[in-house]
Amino acid sequence: MKPAPFVYLAPSTLTEALALLHQHGDEAKILAGGQSLIPVMNFRLAQPSHLIDLNLLHGLDFIRAEVDGLHIGAMTRQRTVERSPLVAALAPLVHETMPFIAHSQIRNRGTFGGSIAHADPAAELPAVALALNARLRLQKQGSERWLAAAEFFTGLFATDLSPDEMLTEVLIPPTPPGMVTAFMEFARRHGDYALVGVAAALTFTPDHTCREARLVYLSVGEIPTLAVQASAMLVGEKLTDELIATAAHAAASEEIEPSGDIHATAAYKRHLAQVLTRRVLQKVRERVGD
Amino acid sequence: MSQQTITLTVNNQVYERTVEPRLLLSDFLRHELGLTGTHVGCEHGVCGACTILFDGAAVRSCLMLAVQTNGHELMTVEGLAPGPDKLHPLQQAFHEAHALQCGFCTPGFLMTLLPFLQENPHPTEAEIREAISGNLCRCTGYQHILEAVQRVSEQ
Ligand SMILES: Cc1cc2nc3c(=O)[nH]c(=O)nc-3n(C[C@H](O)[C@H](O)[C@H](O)COP(=O)(O)OP(=O)(O)OC[C@H]3O[C@@H](n4cnc5c(N)ncnc54)[C@H](O)[C@@H]3O)c2cc1C
Ligand code: FES
Ligand code: FES
Repeated sequence: MKPAPFVYLAPSTLTEALALLHQHGDEAKILAGGQSLIPVMNFRLAQPSHLIDLNLLHGLDFIRAEVDGLHIGAMTRQRTVERSPLVAALAPLVHETMPFIAHSQIRNRGTFGGSIAHADPAAELPAVALALNARLRLQKQGSERWLAAAEFFTGLFATDLSPDEMLTEVLIPPTPPGMVTAFMEFARRHGDYALVGVAAALTFTPDHTCREARLVYLSVGEIPTLAVQASAMLVGEKLTDELIATAAHAAASEEIEPSGDIHATAAYKRHLAQVLTRRVLQKVRERVGD
Repeated sequence: MSQQTITLTVNNQVYERTVEPRLLLSDFLRHELGLTGTHVGCEHGVCGACTILFDGAAVRSCLMLAVQTNGHELMTVEGLAPGPDKLHPLQQAFHEAHALQCGFCTPGFLMTLLPFLQENPHPTEAEIREAISGNLCRCTGYQHILEAVQRVSEQ
């Protein structure tokens, strides 16, 4: 269980990193925190010929509040995001979710961007990015584009990134007035990948009527899943117990496609999704009342 | 494969070595520096036995490359005790509370708990359980480890 040989490249500027990616593309892998990549290299499930280590690169490690929202650099450590007062104030859903990602020792190295680019269906941040309509800055040599999270995740560990492209920054739009968020998951042990998780982002009018809702699930399909119908049911309504129960049932029975594994059958995951949806909406309702 | 020369500090001692880029930090510490206190259980980040401090933060040494430590400061379990005949208070508490049996997991627990207790010297039971959630122990059932931490935090 040791990595196969590779050429190690450690660029110190983004320009250099993008040039290397352009040159080596398919053959190369970006090394961010290494908390997902090194394990698969240790197992030799991944054998990149070139490893482009971003850890010496300055300039992708930042958290900045701007008029268009909160900008988080791809190489910002998960632990830094977890502890940032700016994130807690401007993106409470991100703040609430961070401690669910693995363990502190992993978050000390793992990066915000790496978790999103890795696109693990059981990861928390892709679901949160989708719930918050985050925008992703994708750069390659000589050009860049911004993509909505909804268009980024294309399949199991697959994204819209081309081999010569890098995720450099995540933009979380400003929280609209009346927005209330919550995150919940069920894992066998704290820090394990969740069997099911749900991120909720709802916006309310001053009289507590829901104006907009996004319920996004993780671990229930190949990509983070927005429950379109269940979310729509909440709009124009107040969160009564009946409505919460109906939406939870709709989301869990019709809108997710969990597959069974050694830890949980698909039916059990549906059950968990229903219970978690109910609880997360009750939590949102409590927070609206505050 | 092209080798790289790195200079790093481990337990306040400076080392210079030439390594292959694919050498894992855990293997570097054990095989190149002879610091075998850092244990290797799973080599994919799950067990926590290989936990060390990298610039003061607890990390998995099996998920880093030795070349990534160039210019950095590391601490392994060998750096914990103040002298050959004296244990660090955390080690002493482990000893007194019977927080180890085979001892395989112990270096990882100690190196996880050191920065945790520096930041939060009087943690609650729930905080301790969360802090050690990334370390596996197959012997103790964790209860005595919890007690050891409570013992030092009461001092
Ligand atoms: C024991 C354990 C438990 C874990 N539990 C969880 C968990 O519960 N939830 C969770 O979400 N994660 C979990 N993780 C994964 C962890 O969060 C990783 O840090 C994260 O998935 C990947 O981030 P990284 O920075 O370590 O990326 P790396 O491992 O360095 O890279 C992962 C992949 O993404 C690519 N990549 C990285 N950054 C970029 C970029 N900027 N642009 C383009 N491509 C890029 C790499 O080339 C690679 O293919 C766990 C990991 C371990 C070892
Ligand atoms: S050997 Fe590193 S976590 Fe198990
Ligand atoms: S004491 Fe044996 S594994 Fe923990």
